[in-house]
Amino acid sequence: MIHTRNLTREFRTGGGTVQAVKGLDIDVGAGELVSFLGPNGAGKSTCLRMLTTLLLPTSGSATVAGRDVVADPDGVRAAIGYVGQGHGSGGDQRVRDELAAQGRFYGLTKAEARTRAAELLEMLELDAAADRPAARLSGGQRRRLDIAMGLIHRPRLLFLDEPSTGLDPHSRANLWEHILRLRAEQGTTVFMTTHYLDEADAMAERVVVIDDGRVIADGTADELKGKVSGDLVAFGVADPGEAERAAAAARPLAGADGVQADGTELRMRVTRGEEALPGLLRALDRAGVGLTTVRVQRPTLDDVFLTLTGRSLREGDG
Amino acid sequence: MSTAAARTGPPGTAPAPDPRRPPGAPIPAGRRPPRRPPLPEEFSVKVLKDTGIMFQRQMAPTLRNPLFFLVFGMMQPVLYLVLFGPLLSGMPGPLGADPMRWFVPGMLCMLAVFGTAYAGFGLLPEMQEGVHERLLAAPVSRTALLLGRVLRDVAVLIAQALVVIAGAAAFGVRPSVPGALAGLLLLAVLGVGLGTLSYLLAMVLKAPFKFSGALQAVIMPLILLSGVMLPMDLAPGWLYALSRINPVSHVVDAERALFGGGFAAAEVGLGAAVAAGTAVLALALGVRSMHRLNA
Repeated sequence: MIHTRNLTREFRTGGGTVQAVKGLDIDVGAGELVSFLGPNGAGKSTCLRMLTTLLLPTSGSATVAGRDVVADPDGVRAAIGYVGQGHGSGGDQRVRDELAAQGRFYGLTKAEARTRAAELLEMLELDAAADRPAARLSGGQRRRLDIAMGLIHRPRLLFLDEPSTGLDPHSRANLWEHILRLRAEQGTTVFMTTHYLDEADAMAERVVVIDDGRVIADGTADELKGKVSGDLVAFGVADPGEAERAAAAARPLAGADGVQADGTELRMRVTRGEEALPGLLRALDRAGVGLTTVRVQRPTLDDVFLTLTGRSLREGDG
Repeated sequence: MSTAAARTGPPGTAPAPDPRRPPGAPIPAGRRPPRRPPLPEEFSVKVLKDTGIMFQRQMAPTLRNPLFFLVFGMMQPVLYLVLFGPLLSGMPGPLGADPMRWFVPGMLCMLAVFGTAYAGFGLLPEMQEGVHERLLAAPVSRTALLLGRVLRDVAVLIAQALVVIAGAAAFGVRPSVPGALAGLLLLAVLGVGLGTLSYLLAMVLKAPFKFSGALQAVIMPLILLSGVMLPMDLAPGWLYALSRINPVSHVVDAERALFGGGFAAAEVGLGAAVAAGTAVLALALGVRSMHRLNA
């Protein structure tokens, strides 16, 4: 559904050229749900804008839904649905009208567009708001309207750029319910960007991690987490001095990796944390370390990113 | 702080190619020149159809609240007509004898300038929100996205001008009917040019404060040097010369001649040529940049 080869994009700025995307190779098959994950400024949106014909590549090539983004942009546009980061509906436009106009832009007749709009409004639970101007919808409703506009022509491939940013947890869950149902019913390929790690983790079957304009990891969330050696085990202690003593006691222990004292916490990476925990507790007890709390945490996608780049995904978050 | 263990992974590890993936179509790599739109696109049926859809979309909020949009933007010329026009009766010569006959066509031109030059303000929020981007991602004619907006603004302008003309007629300022119709057409052509330039400027400047600043700098001289308030003949030579460079002043002269029924006047030809030239130039620039902005 999506094939890119050595796709790059440069931007000219005051000081020179900035390479936002540096040689991207991505292949997405029909029916996949792929999450594009990376910190702000990693090149996610630039890449998405190239794939959706909003931006010309500087070099390289991309075929989307079988059409070249440079040679046949209208072909790409007709085949894909695009839900951008911002709101796609005009604030003073009536929900029903805006949706029907979108349908007509995609080649539906007036009657078809009206029928399809009504269908989507019902499916996305917007029918009660259908005759209101878009500006008077709630954040969640307005985002669902964006999704409806992206789906008006039943695209085989849907691009979602940060679909749930700015929504409260309830609206997020609701939005996802709709997206996943749509996929189950129609087999739509979904390619989305997100900086919500938990979202990428829970929803996407495949996560493509991008950093500094390049793909640095690609696989299922579990595959990616396999790159991180072991679970995080953290022990809370009374004071930093105690943490240092505890670290000294823990370092020689078999299976404990990356032992580190951080404030009043002692951290390490251990394969199968729950199984190792009793032994660790006994060893620390023997060393006379006074523990206040214990925590075992499976690797997250943030740990994956940290392992690959030495930086946390959360650092750049605004 | 990051943990020491997490630093062990080599940065920039690329994934091994997955043999299960469907092979990508062989695509030649390397830089390609930006797409040149095929010329016929501008004249195709699709452009007309898409322009119609865009026009309808733009028109819908206006039609739901017509009075607001009619009155909105009309206040300035109407206030000038009521509170400034009567002052002209003190002018010497034929102007003082029948000032409104001279003043009304100028106010219509002012309406056209203010009504369309600020059109870009309607696009700015849609660019900031993502509406414009959503439309660009659709298989819509780029030309239609621009033209549909411009035509809605011109439609509103014509409706406003009709109200002004009807109001003036009620107070005894009766223009020649064919002349007034031709005058409306002239306003529409001027409106297409100025409206297109306004959208173009909004797309280039993007930030509202820059856009309003740039508009102020352009619109005020255009109006002051157009002779809508007082005859430019009264001006010192250098100011008169400046007013002749101002395209709007020629349109104003033509509008006045037309309202008097003087189709044959030299001003009409010049004014029409200036308005049409502005419109053609603006559309050519606008269509070009719509194609360049997207991809």
